[in-house]
Order: sequence, then structure tokens, then C-alpha cells
Amino acid sequence: MSWKPPSDPVNTKNKPIKVSQLCELCHCRKAILKRPKNLQKICKECFFHVFETEIHNTIVTNNLFYPGERVAVGASGGKDSTVLAHIMKLLNERYNYGIDITLLSVDEGIVGYRDDSLATVKRNQKQYGLPLEIVSFKELYNWTMDEIVATAGIRNSCTYCGVFRRQSLDRGAQKLKIHHVITGHNADDMAETVLMNILRGDVARLEKSTAIITQSSGSPIKRSKPFKYSYQKEIVLYAHYKKLDYFSTECTYAPEAFRGTARELMKNLEAVRPSCIIDIIHSGENLVLKEKEQRFKKLGPGEDPLTVNSGFIDGNRCERCNYLSSNKICKACMLLEGLEKNRAAITLEKDSSVDGAARVMRTLEHLSF
Amino acid sequence: MVKLRVEFLGGLDVVFNKQRTYDLDIPSSGAFTIKDLLDYLVDKMIDNPKDVEVFIEDGTVRPGIITLINDADWELEGELEYEIEDGDVISFTSTLHGG
Repeated sequence: MSWKPPSDPVNTKNKPIKVSQLCELCHCRKAILKRPKNLQKICKECFFHVFETEIHNTIVTNNLFYPGERVAVGASGGKDSTVLAHIMKLLNERYNYGIDITLLSVDEGIVGYRDDSLATVKRNQKQYGLPLEIVSFKELYNWTMDEIVATAGIRNSCTYCGVFRRQSLDRGAQKLKIHHVITGHNADDMAETVLMNILRGDVARLEKSTAIITQSSGSPIKRSKPFKYSYQKEIVLYAHYKKLDYFSTECTYAPEAFRGTARELMKNLEAVRPSCIIDIIHSGENLVLKEKEQRFKKLGPGEDPLTVNSGFIDGNRCERCNYLSSNKICKACMLLEGLEKNRAAITLEKDSSVDGAARVMRTLEHLSF
Repeated sequence: MVKLRVEFLGGLDVVFNKQRTYDLDIPSSGAFTIKDLLDYLVDKMIDNPKDVEVFIEDGTVRPGIITLINDADWELEGELEYEIEDGDVISFTSTLHGG
């Protein structure tokens, strides 16, 4: 699949520009967007400048990198990670971070979705001149997402995909001996997660959900989100104006229902009050939990507060795969065990029912008679 | 008659016959606004009536879809009231899919 940039529409009408249409920063060019953060009207050039500079400021204030650090960009080919790869390369050169950037992709094995988006990542690799490493579910777990869906059904597909993808990124980074993975999670994603955790009362995750750097104790790999304060709208517009090559198709499997609901809620809130995204993140950052001893006082005699309170236990390792886990056996190994029990005993030769199962399902959904 | 180009980006083309760009000549007498364009797109260009809600909500473009008029945010151009002129490019970009 080749890629064609969107057109560059300039419909010059020789109409004089009104003063009220001018950029509020440079006061000399026509404004082309209203920033959702502060409702400022700005022109394209000023937008590029403030968007890039704000990310630079986020990186510097939070000390995300040190000179000489090797960093992997979690690259899916989607808009956020494509803009992230572009921006990281640009800022690294502009401000001399001295970091070494590699693209790291996970191939979940979803025919008709991931194969196309990986093609985008491969084009990005050439466009930006960055090394690329792809790790696949098949080689790590001996299962593709298509096979998992065929075995376990479509309803829990996001659970499997999420758990395995998270681990795969870590394993890919470990393979490359890189200890820092950055992801394209943006302000909208983060606000959405805060809302979700509030809505389902997940207090343990709530506090962690707004951290810009996350690292489990004992884990050699830290993760960070340079786009924590960047609006999705601005990321999409940046990609649009810069004509970046990104892949935009919804995953062929059912989207995570609850997150979808939270996203809908967020989008509707944003339409009424655009600053609410950054406001929700701010609220999340300021929700600090009390110390554990104070929160849980009722302990039976001889009970271990850690197991009773079921909080996260950091630094434990999975008995089977040695991956970090708060339980004896990590989530991925538990899911795998369930899958193995249900794997079809006999497979047909050249069985094509699994590849593209999701695509077929999609097509069927749209059929009407 | 108004001549314009519409673009459906960020995955929205799925609803419009998987084609990203359309050059349109729309017969009209007098002013032709974005509101009129939306009615036209819904009537003439979305094949499956179920897909309308992907694009339209409460009589306007669904939140999460960015509308640009000649590459400028439609919020700065008068949104639904903007009067389309010959040669204008109107683009709709979905931000709702995964990143």
C-alpha cells in the first residue's frame, strides 16, 4: 500500500485578512487553529514552534533522558507514535539530548490490520533513518492474535492483546539492551485513563495513572510519555500539516467497550470545555492516597498486610517466565495456560480460517440482504 | 453551482466508499454553507444509513472529528455557517481510532 499525502489547500481569494483573524503570537499571519488548551488562535508556523517547544519543556522539566541514553520508541504506525518518532528525532537534533533512538514495534499477528500498519512503520524507518526492531506474539508466545481470537473468542481480545503487548515491548527492549521505552500516549489517553479508574473505583491504579515515568522496582526498563500534556487534536493536526505518513484504521477486533465509553464521555466534555482534558490530568496528579497503614486498619491476627490489602507487590518474579509479576505466575502465563488448554488438537493443512478471521467477521457485520 | 473538494482522513474514508478525496460540483442557488454540505454528504454519499452516526451527531460533525476549511480549523471560519466558495477544500479527519 503506497501513501499519498493529503492535498495542500491554499484557496487564495485575495481577500484582505481582518485583524481579528491574525495569529495571536506573531500578529502577522492568518491564524489557522484555536488551541484547545487555552483557546489561543495561532498560525501554522507558530503552532509548530509552540507544539515542539512544549514537548521539549516537558522532557527537560521531568529529566526524561540523560546524554548517551538509548531509547526505544514504541511504534505502531498510528498517528501518535509516528508523530513521536518524528518529534524525538527533531528535538534530539535541535537540543542535543545526545540520545540514541530505535523504533520498536510489536506484531500481534492481526491480518488486515497489523500487517498494514507495520508497513507504515517500515516506511517511517526509511523516512526518519532510524533502526527498527519488530517482535512478534508468534515468536514470543507461539500464538498470533488471530489464533487467540479463534480460540478464546472476540470478547476478551483486548485483554490478551494488552497484556501480551506490554510484555512484548519490554522483551523487545531487553533484547536490544535498551532500558527506556517511550510511548505516544497523549493527554486525551491519560485523562481517559484517570476517568476510567475513577469510574470503576480502581484506587490502586489511579495514583499511578498520571505518572510521566513509570518503573516497577526491580524492572530494568522504564517507560515514559513525552506527550503527556499534548492534545490528541494537536497531534493529529501536526501530523496533517507536516504531512507525516501514518496509518489510521480501527483495529479489526472489537474495541475495549469500557474505554470506548470513557472516550466518548471525554470527547463530549471536550466539545463543551476544551481545557477539561488538561484539568482532569491535573486533578489526577493531585489525588494522593493516604499511607497504607492508615487506609487499612482491620487486620486479623497474624495476617500479612500486603496479601490482605492486595496492593501491588513490586519486584516479584513469575515462576514460569521470570517476568516481573505481582503474583506467583504473571498474567501472560496465566492467559497462555488457559489458551493452551483450548488449542484445537487437530489443525487442517493450509487452514485459512484463522488468518483474517477478524476481517471476515467485519465484512459479515456489514452485509445486508 | 459550487465546485469544491472534500477529503476524508484518519480512517473516515471507510464510511465514504473507501475513497479519501472527492471533487464535487454541487448544484445550488445562492449561498452554500457547511451545513448544506453535511446534508449533501449524508444524503448522497453515505451508502449505509448506520454509518451516519459515525460522522454526524446532533446535527453537526461528531466530536472527535476535526473539520478543516482550506487547512484552517473551522472554528475560526464560522463552523456550520461558513459559505463555501469555488475551489475550497474541506477536510474531515477522525481522531477516534487508536494511536
